[in-house]
Amino acid sequence: MPAPSNPDPRPARQEISVWDRVARMDDFKKLLAARKAFVIPATIFFVVYYFALPISVGYFPALMQRKIWGPVNIAYLFALSQFLVAWLIAYLYVRAARRFDAYGEAVSKDLEHIVAEGN
Amino acid sequence: MTTTLVLFLAFIAITLGITAWAAKRSGSTASYFAANRRISAWQNGVAVAGDYMSAASFLGIAGLIAFFGYDGFMYSVGWLVAYLTVLLIVAEPLRNTGKYTMADVLAYRLHPRPVRAMASLSTITVSTFYMIAQMVGAGALVALLLKGSGISFTTAVVGVGLLMIVYVVFGGMIATTWVQIIKAILLITGTILLSFLVMAHFGFSFGAFFSAVTQVHYHLPDGTEVVKDFLTPGLRYKPPYGALDLISLGMALIFGTAGLPHILVRFYTVPDAKTARFSVVWAMALIGGFYIMTTFLGFGAATIVGRDYIAKNGGNNMSAPLLANALGGSIFFAFISAIAFATILAVVAGLTITASTSFAHDVWTNIIRHGQEHNPGEERRVARIAAFVVGAISIAIAIVLGPTANVAFLVALAFAVAASANLPVILFSIFWRRFNTTGAVMGLVAGLLASIVLIFIGPSIMTVDAPTVAPAARHMIQHAPIFPLENPGMLSIPIGFIGAILGTLLSKRDLAGEEKFVELQVRANTGLGAEKAVAH
Repeated sequence: MPAPSNPDPRPARQEISVWDRVARMDDFKKLLAARKAFVIPATIFFVVYYFALPISVGYFPALMQRKIWGPVNIAYLFALSQFLVAWLIAYLYVRAARRFDAYGEAVSKDLEHIVAEGN
Repeated sequence: MTTTLVLFLAFIAITLGITAWAAKRSGSTASYFAANRRISAWQNGVAVAGDYMSAASFLGIAGLIAFFGYDGFMYSVGWLVAYLTVLLIVAEPLRNTGKYTMADVLAYRLHPRPVRAMASLSTITVSTFYMIAQMVGAGALVALLLKGSGISFTTAVVGVGLLMIVYVVFGGMIATTWVQIIKAILLITGTILLSFLVMAHFGFSFGAFFSAVTQVHYHLPDGTEVVKDFLTPGLRYKPPYGALDLISLGMALIFGTAGLPHILVRFYTVPDAKTARFSVVWAMALIGGFYIMTTFLGFGAATIVGRDYIAKNGGNNMSAPLLANALGGSIFFAFISAIAFATILAVVAGLTITASTSFAHDVWTNIIRHGQEHNPGEERRVARIAAFVVGAISIAIAIVLGPTANVAFLVALAFAVAASANLPVILFSIFWRRFNTTGAVMGLVAGLLASIVLIFIGPSIMTVDAPTVAPAARHMIQHAPIFPLENPGMLSIPIGFIGAILGTLLSKRDLAGEEKFVELQVRANTGLGAEKAVAH
């Protein structure tokens, strides 16, 4: 009998493997959906924001050289903002990941029930 | 000079002490390859930063900013943003489904032998090229920093090479991790001190600092004095291909960092995916802080030391040490030099253990021995021999290339291969059910070949040099470049992805592999059945 918290990776003798059972759980589906809902838009955003920097510096130099804070120009502030945006997205991800972890724990609990009931 | 040498020796003594301590704890396979998976989030985060911030970053980017201002700073942005790919997409699934190497994840539901063979080839290629670039840089740098001590380029390369072999062969992943942690702490401390002194020089006035940055004086090679605004883009990356090259470089960084084997293996050293996640956050705090501070290092060197002086005293890689000398005297110069030395050692140790682990685990145990050790401890023994061989080969190649060789392209190549060959197959094997073995092999081959060929026909290898250039520093092929960009990412990354997609779609569906995709997906997202930390 596999320990509930650490299922045997290959319980192949059952008709439906543990993995298939987990994959069909609502909590697992919610976990995947929640992850997708955060990761896909966040990835698109940071990739677009990052490449906006070399593109605007390369193709709109006049705009980027405009000074807006004493001697400091837009190009420098834009580059600096990349650091803050990267940190912000990391922070938002860690916050969103608490929900992923909660769904993951729910999946483990559901799995314990299944194992306890002997299928 | 003597102080520098003393600090170098102190760092060597401390790290050898750690290696001796780690050697007693590296008695099992999991401890040797993955530090028992007991490294904590902050420790791993600091170690990732230490593994990643190479001498090329510390000395190279400071030098780029000192010489080319804004363009150098823009170059440094991508190094942090790249960690979002690691954090959001790769780190947690990798920790949940792998054991010791990048290939573990790929081999999970595909035919293990061809996939491991190609993934290991890619891993060893990336790590060795990166290492040779570091070793050549290390040799030149150590010889320069210890000028007058009689230590030559060759001695320096052999010394650095032997130390990294000792760390890895005897101390395994535990020693490598702690060398990286100490290095990262030293590097951040040194950078903060140096930034503080730069700002003190300007009376802690950002206005005064940036005003000076907008009026940097230096002389052109023909002797005319120029005054440039160093906040203005375009001093290095010029038309027609400057912008494209920067975008191409950005692609290699953003998609390549998450495919760098020596970064990926660090996530096997933590207990679980959640710890892996927090370790990336720690790494991002340090890496971001460091690259922001390159502003002070680079602009400080440009304004306080001056481009003319740096050019006459060792060239742009010496910007940070010379700035330290100008602001804090010879003791501070020695301290910053020792940090540069520590930086090199930590990075090459990480590369050595990654290449040797891949050989031992992927090639030896899984391909040659079909997944079973014939004798207990065999995998570790093979890894130690491989570490020695990889180290010796890198030392030999670095010595043959010599101190003036143009090796920056090897770093570009490493990132390009990681982005074009490794990342597509990692992503597809985790996220695309239909993906199969042919797709993985085709993706790896296409990405690897495209990167190498495009570098080879690009301006890093093919350029017509002016007659004044010294023979050793000349480009390998004296011909106008066929491919115009130094960084092949823009073309090689799509080629890698297309190779993986076409290989999959044009070959038969692997139904067994697709069935195992469910298992991989569950494991990647929940951590069920993941490798556990080793109990005390």
